[in-house]
Amino acid sequence: MSDQNEIPLWEVFIRPRNGLAHRHCGSLHAVDATMALNAARDVYTRRGEGQSVWVVPSAQITASDPLEKGENFEPSETKIYRHPTFYEVPEEVGHM
Amino acid sequence: MTSPVLFETLLRLADDHLILGHRLSEWCGHAPMLEEDLAMPNIALDLIGQSRALYAYAAEVEGKGQSEDDLAFLRLEKDYHNILMVERPNGDFGHTMLRQFLFSSFMALFWDRAQNSTDETLAGIAGKAIKESLYHIRHSAEWVIRLGDGTDESHNRMVAANTALAPYIGELFETDDVTNTAIASGIIPRASDLRSAWETQVQTVFEQATLTPTLDHLAQTGGRIGEHTEDMGFLLAQLQFMQRTYPNMTW
Repeated sequence: MSDQNEIPLWEVFIRPRNGLAHRHCGSLHAVDATMALNAARDVYTRRGEGQSVWVVPSAQITASDPLEKGENFEPSETKIYRHPTFYEVPEEVGHM
Repeated sequence: MTSPVLFETLLRLADDHLILGHRLSEWCGHAPMLEEDLAMPNIALDLIGQSRALYAYAAEVEGKGQSEDDLAFLRLEKDYHNILMVERPNGDFGHTMLRQFLFSSFMALFWDRAQNSTDETLAGIAGKAIKESLYHIRHSAEWVIRLGDGTDESHNRMVAANTALAPYIGELFETDDVTNTAIASGIIPRASDLRSAWETQVQTVFEQATLTPTLDHLAQTGGRIGEHTEDMGFLLAQLQFMQRTYPNMTW
């Protein structure tokens, strides 16, 4: 228990309300999935933040390379016509 | 139901929860990992919250103008009627988790029945407390299983914790004139009726934890009549310090 390096890291996702998506809210250490869920409940839902919790082993996440940031993301910066700001969303559609 | 019996019944329950909540709060800042440093105070706050509701109602039943704070902080040691298990020192993390599992497993069964109490206020408190107790079982049972069925070191520590806690189990199921009167009035369930369900639950977890329950141990007793272990005075010194040094202080 003293060596934190032996305990895997988990990413925590919380869904605040029905109809919304789970959102990443942080990470924690736990020995397995059950313990990770318990810990996520204790660490991240203390103030009534959640209706549902997901935990994912951090090692299972494949991340983009920061060195490829330019080729990944810059090309989209000049294409403002992709933003839906020219449309008005009808009230009935609700949260998007 | 005479109100002295209801008062004493509420006081015993409240004292169990306040004292165990206080013991758990001692882990705050000292837990073996950050996640547990939040989890144990979470449980402590649940228990202290339950004791607050019970003390507030007890004070009302007593009708002598005492507040929940008077009952929680300003009584003498012999006037606290908690079971001895909850006042024993925390020991190591495994000991604390095993104590929580044994206690919460009992309380979940107790609150479940107490939801049908003839006393509406107690039934209401039970309805809220049962959900909290079920989580306390989940949290502590998972640790008991993993530590019992863990390394040689963790297994040996759990065996030691089990040996240390065994004498304090019997008091959970104790009856006396107060409980018998309260049971007859339908205020609380009969603890002995909960015993087989409790043993089944403990047995199930202990099997997974590769531990052997010690269920027929000679019981230490006395908490219900204010005869405490030597550690209770030190606990109360810390618990009561603020109210005794700065009477009526709030924050």
